[in-house]
Amino acid sequence: MKDTDIKRLLYTHLLCIFSIILSIFIPSLFLENFSILETHLTWLCICSVCVTAVNLVLYLVVKPNASSRRSSLSYKVTRFLKCCIYFLMSCFSFHIIFVLYGAPLIELVLETFLFAVTLSTFTTVPCLCLLGPNIKAWLRVFSRNGVTSVWENSLQITTISSFVGTWLGAFPIPLDWERPWQVWPISCTLGATFGYVAGLVISPLWIYWNRKQLTYKNN
Amino acid sequence: MRLGSGTFAACCVVVEVLGVVLFLRGFFPAPVRSFSGTKHQAEPPAPEPSAGSTSNWTKLPPPLFSKVVIMLIDALRDDFVFGSKGVKFMPYTTYLVEKGASHSFVAEAKPPTVTMPRIKALMTGSLPGFIDVVRNLNSPALLEDNVIAQAKAAGKRIIFYGDETWMKLFPKHFVEYDGTTSYFVSDYTEVDENVTRHLDKALKRGDWDVLILHYLGLDHIGHVSGPSSPLIGRKLSEMDSILMKIHTSLLSEERETLLPNLLVLCGDHGMSETGSHGASSMEEVNTPLILISSAFERKPGDVRRPEHVQQTDLAATLAIGLGLPIPKNSVGSLLFPAIEGKPMREQLRFLHLNTVQLAKLLQETVPSYKKEPGFEQFKISERLHGNWIRLYLEENNSEVLFNLGTKVRKQYLDALKTLSLSLSRQVAQYDVYSMVVGTIVVLEVLTLLLLSIPQALSNKAELEVPLLSPVFSLLFYLTFLVLSAIHVIVCTSAESSCYFCSLSWLTAGGVMMLISALLCAVVSALTKVFVDGKLLSKNAAHSNAQWSELDLLILLGTVGHVLSLGASSFIEEEHQTWYFLVSTLCLALCHDIYRNCLLGDDCELQRSLHMEECFGSATPALQDKNAGSAVLELNRGCKGPPSLDALRGFEKWMVLASPWVILICCRLLRSLNQTGVQWAHRPDLGLWLASSDHKTALSVLAALSLVVIFTLVQRRCSLASKVAMALGLLGVYCYRAAIGNVLFPWQQDNKDISKGIIEARFVYVFVLGILFTGTKDLLKSQVIAADFTVKTVGLWEIYSGLVLLAALLSRPHNLPVLVLSLLIQTLMAKFVWKPLRHDAAEITVMHYWFGQAFFYFQGNSNNIATVDISAGFVGLDAYVEIPAMFLTAFATYAEPVLWASHLVSFLSSEASSGSALSHACFCYALIRSFPVSAYIILVTSLRYHLFIWSVFSPKLLYEGMHLLITAAVCVFFTAMDQTNTKS
Ligand SMILES: [Zn+2]
Ligand SMILES: [Zn+2]
Repeated sequence: MKDTDIKRLLYTHLLCIFSIILSIFIPSLFLENFSILETHLTWLCICSVCVTAVNLVLYLVVKPNASSRRSSLSYKVTRFLKCCIYFLMSCFSFHIIFVLYGAPLIELVLETFLFAVTLSTFTTVPCLCLLGPNIKAWLRVFSRNGVTSVWENSLQITTISSFVGTWLGAFPIPLDWERPWQVWPISCTLGATFGYVAGLVISPLWIYWNRKQLTYKNN
Repeated sequence: MRLGSGTFAACCVVVEVLGVVLFLRGFFPAPVRSFSGTKHQAEPPAPEPSAGSTSNWTKLPPPLFSKVVIMLIDALRDDFVFGSKGVKFMPYTTYLVEKGASHSFVAEAKPPTVTMPRIKALMTGSLPGFIDVVRNLNSPALLEDNVIAQAKAAGKRIIFYGDETWMKLFPKHFVEYDGTTSYFVSDYTEVDENVTRHLDKALKRGDWDVLILHYLGLDHIGHVSGPSSPLIGRKLSEMDSILMKIHTSLLSEERETLLPNLLVLCGDHGMSETGSHGASSMEEVNTPLILISSAFERKPGDVRRPEHVQQTDLAATLAIGLGLPIPKNSVGSLLFPAIEGKPMREQLRFLHLNTVQLAKLLQETVPSYKKEPGFEQFKISERLHGNWIRLYLEENNSEVLFNLGTKVRKQYLDALKTLSLSLSRQVAQYDVYSMVVGTIVVLEVLTLLLLSIPQALSNKAELEVPLLSPVFSLLFYLTFLVLSAIHVIVCTSAESSCYFCSLSWLTAGGVMMLISALLCAVVSALTKVFVDGKLLSKNAAHSNAQWSELDLLILLGTVGHVLSLGASSFIEEEHQTWYFLVSTLCLALCHDIYRNCLLGDDCELQRSLHMEECFGSATPALQDKNAGSAVLELNRGCKGPPSLDALRGFEKWMVLASPWVILICCRLLRSLNQTGVQWAHRPDLGLWLASSDHKTALSVLAALSLVVIFTLVQRRCSLASKVAMALGLLGVYCYRAAIGNVLFPWQQDNKDISKGIIEARFVYVFVLGILFTGTKDLLKSQVIAADFTVKTVGLWEIYSGLVLLAALLSRPHNLPVLVLSLLIQTLMAKFVWKPLRHDAAEITVMHYWFGQAFFYFQGNSNNIATVDISAGFVGLDAYVEIPAMFLTAFATYAEPVLWASHLVSFLSSEASSGSALSHACFCYALIRSFPVSAYIILVTSLRYHLFIWSVFSPKLLYEGMHLLITAAVCVFFTAMDQTNTKS
């Protein structure tokens, strides 16, 4: 049971990574002058759309929440709408947090907001897919010893590593190297992406190595 | 001997301060000085060299110019004259530079580009050491040999108008003077009119030999509105017209005298793109230097590009021009174009004099001077010169003479250049021995602190300090012997002067004993840790302490901050690091709070499970203690829930909201003062408020801030100090109104700006009164035991006295910083630390982090230029050294000190455990000594870095000062702790 879960986890993660890589290379076939640094905003949009789509598709195909029972259409619709609202809220709250961290309030609003959207797709979208719009469950997953399945464990790892990546991504900004990627928010978005990818790679491996020690309450 | 951990930490920090002082003394060496004789004219000038026949030129050559006018424009950047701005706004100067009888140079000022060291460099020709910046606050009379003193000794009459600094540097040197103070930076017309109004009279009178004018207006404009401000152009035009006036007057006068006159236009330093100065950017370093005299003939069409020279070169040139001996410590070389028009024999004579002076200086400062290439070149050129003189006196063919003369001249110029370069490099010589000794002391202290963490943070908060164990005393004597041997060897063999060797033997011996004693302590602590480690490893399974996310963040943040100090940009932008860490801390607290509020039940569940496990185990007798500790830890792990659940609705909401409120406050403060380097030019609220157009807004804000300060502080004071506080804060407003920063509603015009001495002293009385009441309460609580509230009130009163002092000293637009720091302290204390029950160590670190962040919120940076010197003059008539230093230091470090004193009063009011204060003291000492020690090592390894003087050294001074203040705070902690244990 567990091993198959880990295998499925690995495959889904590989697909996610693949989608990010595609979002870097495919648009240059269709768009002129496309590069991550020059047309950063376009890349941000494409990347977040790709990752969201892949996440949704994977969720529908893999169905990690085995216990989710059949329910009516209206329930599903309200749930979906709730998810959308949650996603928007997370975008705005990330934006607010960035401003509180020192991002300029008025200049570069679009950049900051798109960065917030990207970070939301890396963190909130998987959470919404897996846990649904349920704040208590989220807090449970993100507190110590709160995870109940392999999926939640990997979710915890990828989300935290995305945040840490973003956090570390802010460090090169004050350095005086004068590189194009040191401009806000490019280094942070790159940091978030690297963190997300690293989380995707690490989590299956980590879970595999620690599968003996990991005991989940429900399994 | 058993010591409380607080006392132990205080002792450690005090010792560490000693080590840092020693290190600093070694790191900032005394500048190149000729100590052989401070009396002038003691030695006769070097005679002209000659081979065989004797020359008749043994006296100093006569002056080249009859009158010299030095027009110094503060912060004149090279492109203000030579660039497009010069063409636009300074047409006359541009004409002189391009077509007139002049020589123009770009003179490079060595950092620190601050006015006083630059004036010294211009007049002495020496390079003031970095430590002179610190003395810039003090500016004592210049004792070194300099052009002004030489001129006065030669009976020249000197007139000076301009910046007061000159009068402090050269007291009684000027026959007539009028100083303008650079105290009010926002004034840029009056300072210059004060200079110019004397000009006509002085030019007409003509009974002087040297006229010095120092114009400050340009610098003030730069500080207030930057180099691209339209005011700059107007000021430059004004300066241009003044230059024209002086020049025409000098020219008309020349007809009557035989000798030509000289007009020197120069800047002391440049101006960075943000309008400040002090560092070493190209804009700050490059200044124009223009010598104008009818002696400098120029053929039409002779285009001269400004040559790059050193600022120190002016002193030698002026000395030669006035017929004076060159200042002894001058490292500059004569500006050759100035003497180009003279006959060959005189040219060589001047070059010889300059080379002899430099060679003598080299001889006195470098022990192995004979191996220096400059010295060899000097010897060769002197010999060639002698040959030339012989040929000359024998009256040989003039063409041969001329060709040989040019060769000698070239040789001399090369020698000058090499000598000057190697002498300038001497300044950066480090006194490595003192540095090493200082570093050893600091590192030993840090190791000792680190090794004693487990003991010091235990519940008892006491640790064993072994002093008299026989083995270690053997070790002690051995180390002491070895160290003394090393000391003798180093000090007898060292060729360069070394501070530690120049100390008396007794003091040096004391330091040696200290080092060996510390070594013994470290060794014994190490053995103890090993022994304990073995014991601990047996039951390691049970005692692995759970690290909360907060602890992890604190640890990583501290380590990360220390690592970041290795990069110069991170030092320049250190405020960003702290803002970032504090924001992250708030988010971490937020996460903690929300988890505790929403998931309280889970923790309870876990705890009960754990209890069952432990009590169900087979060997209860042995495991009892472990189980107890485990439960304790679990309690710590989920400490929040019981108390959080008990909170009422409003308070619960406040708890939930407070991290966000704090974050918003921090973000507001961030936009108040832009500091650092990269973003310092961004517009900020502070600058907006400080500009004279928004005086009303500033007044309202200041009044509001003072009211809020009162409401926040008064709640725990006694009645008397409440009244004193209110009156004191009123006095602060009156003081600001008196010096013209803010307005009274009933008095719209700001006519009479005074120094506000009476108002400031009025506030000082209340500060002292409140501090006195606080101390009295503390003493009372010590005598009458068990009166706990009296002590809390006393501590709070001391804290509020400090708040009042800070309110007086901080600039009016910085009062919101004070308000928000008080607000955040209140919020954190009431809604975060108390309900979440953080332990003393965590609270201490949080206080420290906030203190650091607020240090930068105040507008400070790691650059000396941001120190607010005006705080040292509050309530003082004239410059009085000790109070001024104390006030400046307090104003700079007000926020860290306030956070520390809040920590004391908060911890002692929360009487949860008796050891909280000593834990806090220990943590405070540790968290400060860690960066200091790391930074000392970093700076030592980076001592040849390009930015060592502009970035790393100022930071080192800041670190040293901060450590000193930490030592004071720790001693205060310990004193409080002592009263605590007694009562
Ligand atoms: Zn200046
Ligand atoms: Zn200035």
